[in-house]
Amino acid sequence: MHVALFVTCLVDLFRPTVGFAAIKLLEQAGCRVEVPRGQTCCGQPAYNSGDQANAKAIALQVFDAFAGYDSVVAPSGSCAGMLRVHYPELFANDPENLPRAQELAERSWELISFLTDVCCVEGVAAHWERRVTYHDACSGLRELGIKRQPRQLLASVSGLSLDEAPGAEVCCGFGGTFCIKYPEISDKMVTDKAADIVATDADAVLAGDLGCLLNIAGKLCRQGQQIEARHVAEVLAGMTAEVAPIGAPR
Amino acid sequence: MLATSRNFTAAAQAGLANDNLQRALGLARTGFPLRRRLAVERLPEFEALREAGRAIKDHTLQYLDFYIEFYESQVVASGGKVHWARTPAEACAAVLQICRSVGAKIVTKGKSMVAEEIGLNDFLEANGITPVETDLGEYIIQLRHEPPSHIIAPAIHLVKEQVAETFRAEHRSLDAGRPLIEPRQMCDEARAMLRPRFLAADVGITGANFLVAETGSSIVVTNEGNGDLTQVLPRVHIVVTSIEKVVPTFEDAATLLRLLARSATGQEFSTYTTISTGPRREADLDGPEEYHVVLLDNGRSGMIGTDFQDMLRCIRCSACMSHCPVYAAVGGHAYGWVYPGPMGAVLTPGLIGIEEAGHLPNASTFCGRCESVCPVKIPLPKMMRHWREREHAKKLSPTVYRKGLSVWAWVARRPALYHALAGTAARALGWAGQGHGRFRALPLAAGWTTVRDMPSPEGRSFHSLWAQYKKRGSAR
Repeated sequence: MHVALFVTCLVDLFRPTVGFAAIKLLEQAGCRVEVPRGQTCCGQPAYNSGDQANAKAIALQVFDAFAGYDSVVAPSGSCAGMLRVHYPELFANDPENLPRAQELAERSWELISFLTDVCCVEGVAAHWERRVTYHDACSGLRELGIKRQPRQLLASVSGLSLDEAPGAEVCCGFGGTFCIKYPEISDKMVTDKAADIVATDADAVLAGDLGCLLNIAGKLCRQGQQIEARHVAEVLAGMTAEVAPIGAPR
Repeated sequence: MLATSRNFTAAAQAGLANDNLQRALGLARTGFPLRRRLAVERLPEFEALREAGRAIKDHTLQYLDFYIEFYESQVVASGGKVHWARTPAEACAAVLQICRSVGAKIVTKGKSMVAEEIGLNDFLEANGITPVETDLGEYIIQLRHEPPSHIIAPAIHLVKEQVAETFRAEHRSLDAGRPLIEPRQMCDEARAMLRPRFLAADVGITGANFLVAETGSSIVVTNEGNGDLTQVLPRVHIVVTSIEKVVPTFEDAATLLRLLARSATGQEFSTYTTISTGPRREADLDGPEEYHVVLLDNGRSGMIGTDFQDMLRCIRCSACMSHCPVYAAVGGHAYGWVYPGPMGAVLTPGLIGIEEAGHLPNASTFCGRCESVCPVKIPLPKMMRHWREREHAKKLSPTVYRKGLSVWAWVARRPALYHALAGTAARALGWAGQGHGRFRALPLAAGWTTVRDMPSPEGRSFHSLWAQYKKRGSAR
């Protein structure tokens, strides 16, 4: 299968290792992976700010950059949700471009669900000696139904055990521009999230979205907690030794 | 009710700093969601029921003109009267005119959010009529001169010690040394204070959860039985409600009632489900002599046919706010009007204008938990986004934010430039942050770094590493 990686703007800027981990996992699953050069961002900052004109312009750029691939895969439920769910809504009243939006939506996936649900990957060959807790990022969970998939693959990582937090499905308070526009509310939400994580016996928190992870790791660091934060793809690809935890010194 | 939604940010900060509120919300945050989940798990057809509920409301809204007029004709046929009110002022005037016609001095009230919407209590008091709230939560906040902070649990912002304090201050005829520690003691005290009021009232005012077109009936659910005493004991019963509450048949109402209680409190059915059809008939043992319905529009009909029509499906269960992490952080008063939480964030701009209520649809992470629990599947985040679109088009959002967004978008539409800038930023920030792996402060990112660290980038952008890999066959 010919797969195009949608890197996502946060992975591009903050954590390229997640992109390489995604490529490794996809190649292990038998995919041929390319990274289209014409991509930047999915356009969510504009879309969620009510700026439809810029959101559409960026979406059209995505249509062009990702034309012709069997599948488009993003290591983020949020960006994948934008491609799968929101582009068709964005172009709902645009008969000229709606078919392109729908066509892209049908072949766009979040990384972990693509591995399990499309490539039928049942396990990985990674090893990581940690007790982890998993944060279900909102878009992946509620827009794309991703819950079981990362847990299934994590169960195959030798040395790893999972300690579920009771509030795993509660938003961490990132919310894109929300955390800048309403910092006090965001702070309360991420403080609750951090407390929920600290109350487990986990020594690492994993998630499938870098936005949430920057927020959660940023809070855990500020509190001086010794819990490491990582994108689930790094763990599944066995690449934890190649990069320090999010927010930790190199 | 006077709106203060413009002050959302300051009110939210006050809520976050209010220890009693945070204690109260801490208890509510897990209680309602847990009870709802257990109730849903016990009903395998719940998802099918949600779909049925959505379809009933969609159908009714599509033919609302027909159903609402048919409803009126059935109210009249059963001996009641419908008073159409375009605005809160017209609704208040209609209630006052009915009260005056029977020389009312005291009116009892069951909980009604529409009565809050039209500011009925203040209006009646200003006109020499004493309104007495009979729902325990409403009674407490009436004593404290506060608006409700939740649509089914109006006093949820309070802890029991505050309630005891209020009762001691207001129930001065009672023994000052009485124990007021357990909720049961406060409940009994409120009950004892309210009982004579029920008997003294000239008019009883309730809201309505549903209006049934086929019979002209109103349905109200309570867990305290106060609705029954309010509407059966006085000579006159006034239902204060709004146009979108109508459903075609009793069968439809039954479907929605099954969704309502489970979504609201996790009950299979509310303790009391009371159906009123017209005034007392000759053979009836009890009931009011007059039955009036004040039917408020207040902007609702203007939402029909727009991006916001689906909001009129709302059955006021409160599941959205009970599951909302933003509501759980700041409480209901921060929203500054009658309806808090996600449903309020969509409905309030529709009823009082996006200029006044612009903060509400913005103060959301779009986490989607509200939509996932809504019994009639209202796409709340999507409609909040539609409000943001209106705001953006009217240039109501802060200038600095809009400017920043347009600069970012301009760059994001130029991939080569974008990659060059991202590559430079990744290198610069990665270099500056390599020692600690994070920043405790960053220029232009105070909103982030005042409350949390900013993790440092690894040091190279993915796209620059990938370009290098494609050229040399190695990424590092």
